Amino acid sequence: MASKFINVTLKVWRQKNADSKGNIETYQLAKVSTDSSFLEMLDQLNEQLINEKQAPVAFDHDCREGICGSCSLYIDGRAHGPQTQTTTCQLHMRSFNDGDTIYIEPWRSKAFPIIKDLVVDRSAFDRVQQSGGFVSVNTSGNTMDANAIPIPKADADNAFNAATCIGCGACVASCKNSSAMLFVGAKVSQYALLPQGKVEANKRVQNMVRQMDEEGFGNCTNTGACEVECPKGISLENIARMNREFLKSNLTSEK
Amino acid sequence: MSILDSKIPEGPIDQKWTNHKNQMKLVAPNNRPKIDVIVIGTGLAGASAAASLGEMGYNVKSFCFQDSPRRAHSIAAQGGINAAKNYQNDGDSTYRLFYDTIKGGDYRSRESNVYRLAEVSANIIDQCVAQGVPFAREYGGLLDNRSFGGVQVRRTFYAAGQTGQQLLLGAYSALSRQIGLGRVKMYNRHEMMDIVKLDGKARGIIARNLVSGKLERHSAHAVVIASGGYGNVYFLSTNAMGSNVSAAWKIHKKGALFANPCYVQIHPTCIPVHGTNQSKLTLMSESLRNSGRIWVPKKKEDADAIRNGKLKPTQIAEDDRDYYLERRYPAFGNLVPRDVASRAAKERCDEGFGIEANDTNEGVYLDFSSEIKSKGKQVAYAQGDHNPNEETSIRLGKKWVEEKYGNLFQMYQQITAENPYETPMKIYPAVHYTMGGVWVDYNLQSTIPGCFVAGEANFSDHGANRLGASALMQGLADGYFVLPYTIANYLSNEIRTGEISTESKEFEKAEMDVAESISKLMNVKGNKSVDHFHKRLGLIMWNKVGMSRSEAGLKSAIEEIKGLRDEFYNDVFIPGESNEMNAELEKALRVADLLELGQLMAVDALNRNESCGGHFREEYQDDEGETLRDDKKFKYVSAWEYKDGEATNSALHKEDLKYEAIKIAERNYK
Repeated sequence: MASKFINVTLKVWRQKNADSKGNIETYQLAKVSTDSSFLEMLDQLNEQLINEKQAPVAFDHDCREGICGSCSLYIDGRAHGPQTQTTTCQLHMRSFNDGDTIYIEPWRSKAFPIIKDLVVDRSAFDRVQQSGGFVSVNTSGNTMDANAIPIPKADADNAFNAATCIGCGACVASCKNSSAMLFVGAKVSQYALLPQGKVEANKRVQNMVRQMDEEGFGNCTNTGACEVECPKGISLENIARMNREFLKSNLTSEK
Repeated sequence: MSILDSKIPEGPIDQKWTNHKNQMKLVAPNNRPKIDVIVIGTGLAGASAAASLGEMGYNVKSFCFQDSPRRAHSIAAQGGINAAKNYQNDGDSTYRLFYDTIKGGDYRSRESNVYRLAEVSANIIDQCVAQGVPFAREYGGLLDNRSFGGVQVRRTFYAAGQTGQQLLLGAYSALSRQIGLGRVKMYNRHEMMDIVKLDGKARGIIARNLVSGKLERHSAHAVVIASGGYGNVYFLSTNAMGSNVSAAWKIHKKGALFANPCYVQIHPTCIPVHGTNQSKLTLMSESLRNSGRIWVPKKKEDADAIRNGKLKPTQIAEDDRDYYLERRYPAFGNLVPRDVASRAAKERCDEGFGIEANDTNEGVYLDFSSEIKSKGKQVAYAQGDHNPNEETSIRLGKKWVEEKYGNLFQMYQQITAENPYETPMKIYPAVHYTMGGVWVDYNLQSTIPGCFVAGEANFSDHGANRLGASALMQGLADGYFVLPYTIANYLSNEIRTGEISTESKEFEKAEMDVAESISKLMNVKGNKSVDHFHKRLGLIMWNKVGMSRSEAGLKSAIEEIKGLRDEFYNDVFIPGESNEMNAELEKALRVADLLELGQLMAVDALNRNESCGGHFREEYQDDEGETLRDDKKFKYVSAWEYKDGEATNSALHKEDLKYEAIKIAERNYK
């Protein structure tokens, strides 16, 4: 890896807490290795700020392997920055040039209120999951043998692809309607494709859609921005499948 | 008489758990809502424990420092989960999984616990499939398996290279269901600051709300610590940035013994270090060793030329490559256990054959070209092309590899900007997992009554080295199938206790102590960042308490850490206030604990005058550089009792390890 160093100007959203008004601050950062990840670049900024006895920039991050879904950030107007299928923690500074000005903002959505600087509250996703994103099976160890029901490989693979969602919220942040339908559609799809999930499919989709609406997420108008910006490449087909599941449940539910 | 009572049930090894389950006391369903249980951490062990206890009817309070329970670091586990299902008809059994795990751990784990782990492993797969976990399947619709290091069967279940994610999301879904039903109350963005004891029993915790900075008191009839391992003591590791030892360390300071702290797993296949601003290391799953062959050049001049950019690995002729694992360990080849593979890589790099152009030249190749060709041929044959040309084989082979390991190859390319389909991956060992942890008895209870410890946070199942795909197995075994029984046995004496008030003087004192330790750190107002100290601690640990340890190195590490700790308390600078979201304060509190733990790790490593598993003492090796274990003197668990701030004063308690079902032997993978 031939590393080189670049200088960048950062325009960062600063906001002390949920109640205060935020603004963009400008910082100069020199000697950033192009092998650094975007978050390592922010570490470097924070080290600089701390050395100047200033408050470092708060941002969510944890695994730094692109799988936990903690990191977010709107970078130069795109969720997770310029690369496709890449989380911010896996975005590297070699994607930027010497002298670049980089805008860094938090997710913007009514359902994701800002807590501080670049940190937002995504617990709405948890509550959607709690409303139905599961199979109602208790721990027993006495469920049937794992191989008792063969599942066609294509179904298993599609369920897996839907299940790779990391719950980062890029879909919501990218959508002009702040719709969470890619996130919810992925979870509904995972279970709809598996025999284990079929039993309570009707109830699940109804509950999750209701909770999604209650949280203040908007509706889908098929612009497809979510699919473009999703770091895991979750397909729009999942939204279509959720809509079919929803329609089906309206027609077949016993009520 | 030692204070250690491991409470191993009587009877033959394969009946201990069944007998014990039959004899343990229960709590009737109508009494369970009167009982509160706190669970710290929402990884595989914590989430599965909280979900199971919630299902059973207890009032559960679950805590995680992340913004959502779904983000716990179990999510990053890649390769798979072991289970003795024998779906592949290659001779697997509960006994064999048990045996492999004991041997893999270099005969330093407790037989009864490991047998139970192997015994419940099959239930885990059944449970997860029932929950809708999308494991990889074959075309017939049945579950697929692959092989992992240190075993000769295929018993690893997987979901591409993100098995941990799928299993954790499964446990998270079970947890979410209980939260939705009101059986579990979830506290996101909360960190445990200390445990509270009443009359010697664990009765609650002090937690810090990481958004408001407020300290909170929470009471319970039992506390489960499932807070993960302590690999971040090395600063650079494959752990998440937030992974920490604090919950485990706080209970250690309040009376729980800490066992085998020196047993650290250095994982052989990680992306090599690239620079000083690097914040973490990234694992490339062990599953890749199913398909990749590890090598370095045979000639030093070739290694030199590669480092200087004058030669490419693809230009090195087959005969000039040293597939050193296949050469040294023909029976297991590239799939030797992790500690063995790591040491072998270090040996080659120390000898000057490393290929990475970084400060230390530390890196070896993991090469997929043979597998791409051979698998491509097989695929072509299955499609009816019995004599494919090389181009077709390579094309089909790449597709096959992509299906198995696609996300790993993509991640590698994002980090290194090199394409592993075309050129071999560069890898080097990195800190990954800690086998040591809080000492627990057979019931997973620590030496504090009512305080249970599960998953990586305890010491129990992996001895001196953990086999691949066994951490996920242990986390879920503890949470789904062990704790729900053993904790009930303990709680059966608590049905008359009633609600525990948080107004007692014990809670008050605990909260005041925490507030004081926070203000102590805030008021240092020095000149250096927390990371500055953490990085220096990491370097001491990696150089002197890392892959290779010596008496002199360990002694100097103990002194250096002491000096660093003094400096930390005199010169650390934490910006902002304690009554707000403050990431630097969170880090400082964690690093303060790591600065104490690091010393204990060195003390433990110094005490253990032998080499076993991940613990390699330079003084104890044979002519070929293999470990020399000393069963006469060291066939015991080292359980340390906290005395005061200095680890050198900690008291050692020994739990002798008895092997009844397995004949203890030299660990040989040749």
